[in-house]
Amino acid sequence: MDFEDTPEEAAFRAEVRAFLEKNAERKSEAKSFHRGRYIPEHNIPETVRDAKQWQAKKADAGFAGITWPKQWGGRGGTPVQQVIYNQEEQNYVVPRGVFEIGLGMCIPVLMVYGTPEHLQRYVRPAVRGEEIWCQLFSEPSAGSDLAGLRTRAVRDGDDWVVNGQKIWTSGAHFSDYGILVTRTDPDVPKHAGLTFFFVDMKSPGIEVRRIKQISGGSNFNEVFFTDMRVPDSQRLGKIGDGWKVSITTLMTERLAVGDAPGPDFDDIFALARTLELDDGPAVRNPAVREKLADWYVKTQGLKYTKFRTMTALSRGETPGPEASITKLVSASKLQDIASYGIDLLGMAGAVMDPEVAPMQAWFQEALLYAPGLRIAGGSDEILRNIIAERVLGLPADIRVDKDVPFSQLKTGKR
Amino acid sequence: MNFDFSEDLKLLREQARKFLSEKSSPKSVRKILEGAAPYDAELWRAVAGMGWLGAAVPEAYGGAALGYDGLCVLAEEMGHALAPIPFSSSIYLASEAILAAGSEAQKRAYLPKLVSGERIGTLALAEGAGNPDAVRMQARVANGKLSGTKLPVADGEIADFAVVAADGTGEASLYLVDLGGPGVTRSSLKSLDPTRNQAKLVFRDVPAEPLGPAGQGRDLVRALLDRAAVLIAFEQVGGAQACLEMAKTYATERYAFGRPIGSFQAIKHKLADVYVATELARSNAYYGAWALASGAAELPIAAAAARVSAIDAFHLASKENIQTHGGMGFTWEADCHLYYRRAKLLATMIGTAPYWKDRLICELERRNAP
Repeated sequence: MDFEDTPEEAAFRAEVRAFLEKNAERKSEAKSFHRGRYIPEHNIPETVRDAKQWQAKKADAGFAGITWPKQWGGRGGTPVQQVIYNQEEQNYVVPRGVFEIGLGMCIPVLMVYGTPEHLQRYVRPAVRGEEIWCQLFSEPSAGSDLAGLRTRAVRDGDDWVVNGQKIWTSGAHFSDYGILVTRTDPDVPKHAGLTFFFVDMKSPGIEVRRIKQISGGSNFNEVFFTDMRVPDSQRLGKIGDGWKVSITTLMTERLAVGDAPGPDFDDIFALARTLELDDGPAVRNPAVREKLADWYVKTQGLKYTKFRTMTALSRGETPGPEASITKLVSASKLQDIASYGIDLLGMAGAVMDPEVAPMQAWFQEALLYAPGLRIAGGSDEILRNIIAERVLGLPADIRVDKDVPFSQLKTGKR
Repeated sequence: MNFDFSEDLKLLREQARKFLSEKSSPKSVRKILEGAAPYDAELWRAVAGMGWLGAAVPEAYGGAALGYDGLCVLAEEMGHALAPIPFSSSIYLASEAILAAGSEAQKRAYLPKLVSGERIGTLALAEGAGNPDAVRMQARVANGKLSGTKLPVADGEIADFAVVAADGTGEASLYLVDLGGPGVTRSSLKSLDPTRNQAKLVFRDVPAEPLGPAGQGRDLVRALLDRAAVLIAFEQVGGAQACLEMAKTYATERYAFGRPIGSFQAIKHKLADVYVATELARSNAYYGAWALASGAAELPIAAAAARVSAIDAFHLASKENIQTHGGMGFTWEADCHLYYRRAKLLATMIGTAPYWKDRLICELERRNAP
């Protein structure tokens, strides 16, 4: 048992460090709260431009699409190299929040179901950051029950005509392409009537509207389709196989979605040690110490669970749905830490003025965006179902909608 | 990165799983639960016969020199099978104390017999309510003679000798004390988990041989408990895993409302949470195993984290296993309570969660001193 890199891994890590050291700013202790805020919402063109520049730099150096084939701009490397790169990049201030979905979900599904022409055309520009992708999945009436979606695609010659609405689409407002799952046959049971496409986000008939979140920010969008035409050549998978293609995408999503970004153990520990209360630093309080210990063991437990996953990867094994643990644990933990960080401040906790609240109001800000992390990318409840059914092997829920044509399913008022 | 046990140790784990499922079956554990014997002497001899009592003991003293990661693997299986033997007392505590603090002569005198199972040792630390650092050390050694009362002493009725923490020179020291001689009165205490013996030991002028430097008792105990915390964490992870397997099987086979109860999300989500807690505890225990086996300076932090995480996981798994079984889980004849009892017993042995949480934060403050 050891944490040592193999000589090849060590050489790769050194290469990564040299690249990052030369091209990015190392995070300082004082700037730890730069780490993983949601993508800045002000000045989107500038953020996107910076992210594109950074992505191109990574691609030139061979650190974009590390596991992807060289012929499409990847490195032809191993999953372990990808993990090593991610570990090292975490220590630097680099633009985030623009390419994760495209490179984590859209391009991987294109690589499974796309034609050689698709790959030739789309993978390299995505790897180089020239084109941004989004994922058009959830709908107002289809969240956790994604297969209940209603956006219709109807065949018309060589095209499909799409009408309907998607929601919670991160980055739709600055994306060039999107992967889209639609209903093409409402008269068969819901999982059987879906078909998967990718679309040009600049197509006529698409309208993108920002959603204002609890936090006041707008990271997500509603996307409306009115007679939008998609060529059949942009279909991924067979007609009616959309569910299978969606599941492939969601499995990669769960690997791509990692730790909840925000204040973690180190940050609340630092706050508790520096915050002077009437009877001394907050950390002296036994109740505070117990809470801190609980978060520490969860944080470390996740860290070493990832090390176990990485060990499996370096042996050439494929990690399974157990990777769902990370998001399930870290999103709730973030919400609790944010809440407790505010509690530690006592009456001043209500202030989220960045000039006044510690760490530029990081805890307050995290409190307000944390609920979204427990829902996005597989809600806590769905993740527990996945663990129960796919890891523990418990029997699937009995479904009342399984053999009923979609058009005859009961719907509610919400 | 190779954050996993070696192939050899995985084979050892399989071998131990198979061996213990036969020799420490629920039926044989129940014999200790319901009978008069304080431990399963036959199992003890069988485990000794496998060479497992000396897993982490150097060959020079008759051990198998499998290393501490080997002992961790065995500990997990002991916990999984609820082995009703003084493995933790005699190996993690007594043998380890002698390995850490004993003179060459003491090692030669004690270790081979501990390895063969011929002699059983334990640690006599507690004197009533309290956690390790708060022990009001009333036990005294004067002129080489120990007097005082230790309570509870795990396996105190079974052990041939004890490593006793007592006040010798105004500071706590450790002593080796034979429990078979005159002046020692042992009485069995009713144990929360009757498959693991608890006793009260009263000493009156009993010969006590110093173990390690005088006055170093507290530091020695601390270091000893750090090591034991990792090993006990593996027992807890093994126990939690066993509970999860039991609950999963029951939830699949038990039908209510016309369907397996495991198809209800109320049960699914409960068991998913148990799985998550068990995996986090396992990962923390692995880090503890690494720190223990490699002698890393992080051991105090790794050990405390492993212990806190494992206490939490085994408690959750054992109580939710009962809950999943419903009324049946509350009966004497279902095996659920064996794990529920063991979970709490292991949670108290070497100090409870609040103590270890505080220690963890103390160690982190020390490591990250401004």
